[in-house]
Amino acid sequence: MHKKASRGPRLLSLFALGVLLFNYPLLALFNLPRMIFGVPVLYAYLFIAWALLIFLVARVVDRPDPG
Amino acid sequence: MFKGWVIAVASLAYIGLLFAIAYYADRRADQGRSIIANPYFYSLSLAVYATAWTFYGSVGRAASDGVGFLPIYLGPTLMIVLWWFVVRKMIRITKLNRITSLADFISSRYGKSALLGGLVTVIAVVGILPYISLQLKAISTSFQILLQYPEMVIPRKSSAVAAMQDTAFFITLLLVFFTVIFGTRHLDAAERHEGMVAAIAFESLVKLVSFTVVGLFVTFGVFNGFGDLFSRAQADALIAPLLSPFGGPAVSYANWAWLTVLSMLAIIFLPRQFQVAVIENVDEKHLRKAVWLFPAYMLAINIFVLPIALGGLLSLPHTNIDADTFVLILPMAFKHEGVALFAFVGGLSAATGMVIFETIALSTMVCNDLVMPLLLRLKALRLAERSDLSWLLLMIRRAAIVIILFLGYIYYLVAGEAYALVSIGLVSFAAVAQFAPVALGGMYWKGGTREGALTGLLAGFVVWGYTLVLPALAKSGWLPNELIEYGPFGMTLLKPVELFGLSGLDQITHAMIWSMIANIGCYVGVSLFSRQSAFEHSQATMFVEVFTQTGEPGHVWRGRVSASALQTLLGRFLGPARAAELFSTYARDRGLASADELNADAMLVQFAERQLAGAIGAASARTMVATIMQEEPLGIDEVMNIIDETSQVIAYSHRLETQQQELQQVTNSLQAANRRLQEVDRMKDDFISTVTHELRTPLTSIRACSEILADNPDLDLHERQRFLVLIIKESERLTRLINQVLDLAKLESGLAEWHNEALDLREVVNEAINATTPLFNGRGITLDMHLPDAAMTVQGDRDRIMQVLLNLLSNAAKFCATAAGEVEVRLILEGSNVRVSISDNGIGIDSADQELIFEKFRQAGDTPKAKPQGTGLGLPICRQIIGHLGGRLWVESRLGYGSVFSFVLPVNPADAETGISP
Repeated sequence: MHKKASRGPRLLSLFALGVLLFNYPLLALFNLPRMIFGVPVLYAYLFIAWALLIFLVARVVDRPDPG
Repeated sequence: MFKGWVIAVASLAYIGLLFAIAYYADRRADQGRSIIANPYFYSLSLAVYATAWTFYGSVGRAASDGVGFLPIYLGPTLMIVLWWFVVRKMIRITKLNRITSLADFISSRYGKSALLGGLVTVIAVVGILPYISLQLKAISTSFQILLQYPEMVIPRKSSAVAAMQDTAFFITLLLVFFTVIFGTRHLDAAERHEGMVAAIAFESLVKLVSFTVVGLFVTFGVFNGFGDLFSRAQADALIAPLLSPFGGPAVSYANWAWLTVLSMLAIIFLPRQFQVAVIENVDEKHLRKAVWLFPAYMLAINIFVLPIALGGLLSLPHTNIDADTFVLILPMAFKHEGVALFAFVGGLSAATGMVIFETIALSTMVCNDLVMPLLLRLKALRLAERSDLSWLLLMIRRAAIVIILFLGYIYYLVAGEAYALVSIGLVSFAAVAQFAPVALGGMYWKGGTREGALTGLLAGFVVWGYTLVLPALAKSGWLPNELIEYGPFGMTLLKPVELFGLSGLDQITHAMIWSMIANIGCYVGVSLFSRQSAFEHSQATMFVEVFTQTGEPGHVWRGRVSASALQTLLGRFLGPARAAELFSTYARDRGLASADELNADAMLVQFAERQLAGAIGAASARTMVATIMQEEPLGIDEVMNIIDETSQVIAYSHRLETQQQELQQVTNSLQAANRRLQEVDRMKDDFISTVTHELRTPLTSIRACSEILADNPDLDLHERQRFLVLIIKESERLTRLINQVLDLAKLESGLAEWHNEALDLREVVNEAINATTPLFNGRGITLDMHLPDAAMTVQGDRDRIMQVLLNLLSNAAKFCATAAGEVEVRLILEGSNVRVSISDNGIGIDSADQELIFEKFRQAGDTPKAKPQGTGLGLPICRQIIGHLGGRLWVESRLGYGSVFSFVLPVNPADAETGISP
């Protein structure tokens, strides 16, 4: 019960993180005509941030209920 | 080399495979061994979100906007983080109420309003039509392109029109066939389609694999990996801006943000998404995997969008090939027929999946929330009296599927060519976003009313039509272009694309801003100024508080109906066999042998209503049950009654509380009385044992003296005389004792006779003193007497008062000091009382004994060895007498200084009024 109760706030904060990652101004920082490891910076940033968010959500939600 | 028949066979084979899967899954479901009841099928079925728009359109968008296509997938990723709150709640509400569609959901929330359900249905159908036409367009275009291989001819609007129409028409027919077969195979109360879900999940896999294959082919087959592809793109002056597109002509941060919001709403409120995510959900727990698997799917299918787009732009420069077709064209351009065919199948699966599920969801809405409520209201049809309506429901749904698909086809013919795929889709997104305020508001705000929801939806829909559909129609040539350029009647403020002069925004952002202002504004505003009906309020509470409620939801039917009538009603819509089965299951669950034993209580009626809601929608189900219930609506009077009853109950409980307190008091006094009784009982026992003891003492003396006289006949006369005197004295004492015991018993039981009269107390005192003077004189005691001159009249029994006085005087004589004894008798008037006090200068009484001496057989300094000087009943008797006459007897004394015995008696009332007469 203890862990379950904290699922809500964690998800809300992940949502806030997602909104932050995928919007101005963070987005503007990566809107550069440059490459990193042969991939455009913006393209790399969006997919890495996206994957990170999915990973974190999975960590929070997809766990068996304790007890 | 592609022949038409190769493509046709491939398409048919693919759709045949879908049939097989759907058939197999339905069979398994019928056997109770569902194959889709796991989170992976659920997540894959959610991917019906990725349509031909994703498959072809994203690449087209990327070719002009770079990453500008991504918000459509980032939005759902963000939204799905909140699914744990929003969709879980929707699933709970839906399952409790047997809701079958989005329209049902919204109408249920606002008091099962048929009007609202109908409006939602109309908006959904009108809004989704462009989206369906988009899929048809994608399928037929891809078919045409593939057919013309190896020529890469982009079908121009004028060329090959007839052939294309044929293709699209053929495909539409095929889809109708498939959807009708599997979407409306039977009527299910829960409105779930396991076969369809299995087929859709399979299609999701196919389109992902197919798109990835094309992506890998372009990236690693045509180019040498990502590095090569991107560096060549950056080197091209025309293409390089796409790599950092923000601030360019097409992509702004505001547009990006609005597209994100739009797709956040679409992932919930697109009818097919609501269908797969909420209605087809088997288990809430599947959400746990879906919230990351579905975004992961979207991420995977989007990785190659930009590479394919860039690859297309780099490989096919300076051609007028539509970027929407790159996925298909690129494999063709490099002569890879297999990849091209696979790409075609992927696109086909993306498009058919969407069309199938969207039409099923829409047909359910059209049937349950638009047609049935209307038909049931048409009294002339007498539908409510027909015996079996399940065939009718199926026919309506099948007809709805056919009509919706052909409307989509017509829209495609009329307007489909004017826009790119993505732009068409976004118009639909904006339409379904109109549901968000009333649906989300309804789930979290109890105050939203039916009127608010109706006006909000209507306002949003009208603005949507004005700002998005009108320009589309104008662009297709159906409306004069001047309307868009200069506004209606030349009023530039009302220009559909720059409403009220709001300019500088793209069309979608512009439309979203105005429609949301109108929608939310009207919804909230009208809700605040309108009133909910009682039933609506109970529905609102049930929706908002679904997680905190336990047990069965909603409205309790009040009225009378028989169980068999309910079963017949259910049978009309679900088929008699199914109804009988449901009822016997219900009866078994409640431990009854058969459905015949069922009572038509509120629970059963509610059960029947919910089953019915699954087939014909909440609003119609309510109407139907109402026809056989003849239930009066919960009117304001009823509510007042309930409130009244409540207050009565409260009052009643207050009364109970007071009564309980009173009872408590009575109990307390009873307990006290009981204690007193036990005390008295004990005292009685004491009294009897004391009396017998007191009686035995003189008896023993008499017997002893008599025995001496009997045993000694030679006793001299003097001695004999002495014993005889003793015997007489003891006998007298015995007599006196018995008299006093009897006297006391009489006084205490109230049986004593009283001869009350007006007396002058002076006379009585005088007489008593005269009687006792010899006693005093004999002991050498001086007797002083202070009597007033006026008469002291009291009411009383002369003999009894005399008895008291004699007793007190003889006591005074008995306990007075033998030498220099003084006794004083006073008679004085004290207010309305006459007080008699008799004081002596004897040994006095210890303060501890002063009350004791008024108890029976108690005497001051009572010790076993001291010889009793009286019976011990004199003072108790005196106190009884004085008490009976309304007076008081008491003693004041100090050990060694004598005692004062006093009593007061009330003055004769007659004299008290007139004053003491002389």
